[in-house]
Amino acid sequence: MKHAFLAVIALIAISWIGSLVGLDYVFGVVFPYLAFAIFLGGFIYRIVNWGKSPVPFRIPTTSGQGKSLDWVRQDKLDCPATFWQVVGRMLLEVFVFRSLFKNTKAEIHDGPKLVYGSSKWLWLFGLAFHYSFLLIILRHLRLFLNPVPAFIGQIEFFDGLFQVGVPVLYQTDLVFVGAVTFLFLRRVLIPQVKYISFAADYFPLFLIFAIGATGILMRYFFRVDVVAIKQLTMGIATFSPAISGDIGSIFYIHIFLVSALLAYFPFSKLMHLGGVFMSPTRNLANNNRMVRHVNPWNDPNIKPHSYADYEDEFREFMVDTVLPVEKELPPEPEPEPEPEPEAAETEKPAEPAAEEAPAETPAEKE
Amino acid sequence: MADTKVEQMSVDVVRDPSMMTGAIPRKDWMDMPVTFKPGNYCYPAKKSIVEYLDKGLPGLFGVPREWQVESDDWQLPENWVEIILQGMRERLDKFRSFKVFMDICVRCGACADKCHFFLGTGDPKNMPVLRAELLRSIYRGNFTKAGRILGSIAGGRPMTFEVLKEWFMYFYQCTECRRCSVFCPYGIDTAEITMMARELLHLVGVGTNWILEPAANSNRTGNHLGLQPHTFKQNAEFLLDDIEEVTGVKLQNLTFNRKGAEVLFVIPSADVFADPGIFTFMGYLLIFEHVGLDYTISTYSSEGGNFGSFTNNELMKKLNGKMYAEAKRLGVKWILGGECGHMWRVVHQYMETMNGPPDNLEVPKSPITGTVFENAAAAKMVHISEFTADLIKHDKLKIDKSRNDHRVVTFHDSCNPSRGMGMLEEPRYILQNVCNKFYEMPENTIREQTFCCGSGTGLNTGEIMDLRMRGGLPRANAVKHVEEKHGVNMLSCICAIDRATLLALMEYWNPNVGVCGISELVGNALIMEGEKVRDQDLRFEELAGAGQGEEPGTNEEGE
Repeated sequence: MKHAFLAVIALIAISWIGSLVGLDYVFGVVFPYLAFAIFLGGFIYRIVNWGKSPVPFRIPTTSGQGKSLDWVRQDKLDCPATFWQVVGRMLLEVFVFRSLFKNTKAEIHDGPKLVYGSSKWLWLFGLAFHYSFLLIILRHLRLFLNPVPAFIGQIEFFDGLFQVGVPVLYQTDLVFVGAVTFLFLRRVLIPQVKYISFAADYFPLFLIFAIGATGILMRYFFRVDVVAIKQLTMGIATFSPAISGDIGSIFYIHIFLVSALLAYFPFSKLMHLGGVFMSPTRNLANNNRMVRHVNPWNDPNIKPHSYADYEDEFREFMVDTVLPVEKELPPEPEPEPEPEPEAAETEKPAEPAAEEAPAETPAEKE
Repeated sequence: MADTKVEQMSVDVVRDPSMMTGAIPRKDWMDMPVTFKPGNYCYPAKKSIVEYLDKGLPGLFGVPREWQVESDDWQLPENWVEIILQGMRERLDKFRSFKVFMDICVRCGACADKCHFFLGTGDPKNMPVLRAELLRSIYRGNFTKAGRILGSIAGGRPMTFEVLKEWFMYFYQCTECRRCSVFCPYGIDTAEITMMARELLHLVGVGTNWILEPAANSNRTGNHLGLQPHTFKQNAEFLLDDIEEVTGVKLQNLTFNRKGAEVLFVIPSADVFADPGIFTFMGYLLIFEHVGLDYTISTYSSEGGNFGSFTNNELMKKLNGKMYAEAKRLGVKWILGGECGHMWRVVHQYMETMNGPPDNLEVPKSPITGTVFENAAAAKMVHISEFTADLIKHDKLKIDKSRNDHRVVTFHDSCNPSRGMGMLEEPRYILQNVCNKFYEMPENTIREQTFCCGSGTGLNTGEIMDLRMRGGLPRANAVKHVEEKHGVNMLSCICAIDRATLLALMEYWNPNVGVCGISELVGNALIMEGEKVRDQDLRFEELAGAGQGEEPGTNEEGE
């Protein structure tokens, strides 16, 4: 945790100093371009890289009744059998975190007695975090588009519906900071979660919190030159960047942290944004026995131990117990050695005698 | 039986310091070495077994040798680290699931308390997220830039003998049950990760005898028990005598290796050998005789269960290949499969891809009801529960439910049929039609949220009894709940491993509850043509109100 915390402090310090020593252009233009390029290139690279590995087997996690007999009611969303049903499952997964919604919490009591309670906080705050983040990003489009599309105005209107303060307080800002705080607190306060966390889990939380905090400071506390900012951002969007006037350090800190997040994104767990679409346990239809699924590296040379070899080994016994055979036994044995089995495979493994093996294998007989 | 007495275990699981009881280790998990001691590991594979498997699939099972798990020298090949890393690289390129699951976990912890082994042991490394991190840390340390440069700060570490020991410990405390995968917001499936880890372990010759010997047996004799053809046949036929004694009917239709039969029937081989599987087997035969199915059983393909699937995809394919090969040789139209969990995971999700297309087979059609099993149109293999449910739906079975009145039944969804197939309703429909007293366990413990028996994927071995009883605790606890509430005395299931493992689990935690396959209950309830007054069930146990249950089925049988 401390590494992650120090890393974010360092990022803040670097950008602050940078803005003080007049590296405005570097922090306001060069780094954002660079970060965005890394983000875009890295994101695409990761998706393509995942895509290069095939999906050899169709392995959906079935979480409901599959399609079977006509009169058996299929659970189309939790056990999809068609493309569109898969789309339904994925939409619910991506937009309302359906699997996380199923979360439970287990406790063990005297008896022993295990109980499973409902546990929806992570789902709720996870959802709040992602949606407020999304709305905030959409609001920021105002800075990169001219004229500003109507829907952004509507988002801003509803986001500030309560008309508190000047400038108007956006609820998403509160929700965002609250949700990030929750996600951080559960990571340090729930012992199991703390135990599994390491720097790569704390760093994005600190970074995102710092981005939110600097943004809020800029909007509500340190007044910055909004016109100059829009000139800069529009310049970036139109590939003619220019910096006019003194925008203020807080802006450079904010935009540098955002740049850091963008550059960090493709190489981190944040790639779950792309990965959730690529997960074979979720994005495949459970139509395994209905439709052929091809494994590109299936090895046709792996063949079962053949029936012929099997019969060669056991023919005598089979004939004795009136089991049908393909080849009859040779006529009464002339004095010649036992025929050696042809294939190497028919050699016996440690000969677990039929009468003995079960004692070790099927059910415990101890 | 387990080494620890149940009274002691009942206290231990609640009181012993563990992550389930609120004790958090002070050390980071990377700094907690594993210690093998008797009872916490499966015995390594015998040299002769590995030699045998190596002939069929060279290089996949390491160097055959005798080695000791508790020793600090596993006699690994000198370049074992290289073999593991090279194996990882290959599998990252072969399996998208592996690659994506290595990259996208956010460690939200939703999976943590979903694992039966975590619930029963409280061991942090049994949280699915940490189990995956055991492998992910090696991935980061060797295949990502950040991990290579920053090491443990970026969650990476080098591959060492300590790590290998950790893998052998914890990837054999996962039964690939996929329960965690239901709750993961990205569908990360620990079963996939465990499969990869076990493939890698086998590459350097680290495997367990309880998996590899049955696999070798399956390859050679057709079944994991190593029953040779004559023994297999005799065992099965012996059960005909029992059926005759109970029902007064001598079944005529059981044949072996018969060419030209309409249907090849493949069972988990324990069903002809071990109690209580044999009663399930009797149930199958009664159903087939009742409706006059033209079927045959193969001694060559006499194992539905696939022990290869607990090792690597190659051996899984090799063992599974017998089913289609034998169906072709015998010239049957389609294949019917018995009650077996991981057999059905393989049949449903892998078989057609690995060994298909089975061009010589036809789309399965029930000769009794005319139902076409469209859901098996490509793989050409139908589950016995689908087949039976269809028979009942079409009133083709004459049933006397009251013959199961001495049973108060609950149903254990086996992991693989529920989370790897989506078969939830068919068994329930059958149960509701063959017994009067059927009660569900609590909703967080059934259907897609069902708990593993605690001993799947080749962990059903005597040397790790304590672990198994802990891993099975969540299942046993749910059974206890319905035992106390409804007087449940029979735990039914559709899995052969369950029938072996739940038996031990019930003996330990709920000694008054028996275990059965659901076809056994069907067999009890079936009114056979020409039968005598039935006063015993297939286990020779007295029926409730001995023999008075005359309540004929609703229509003529479909003969």
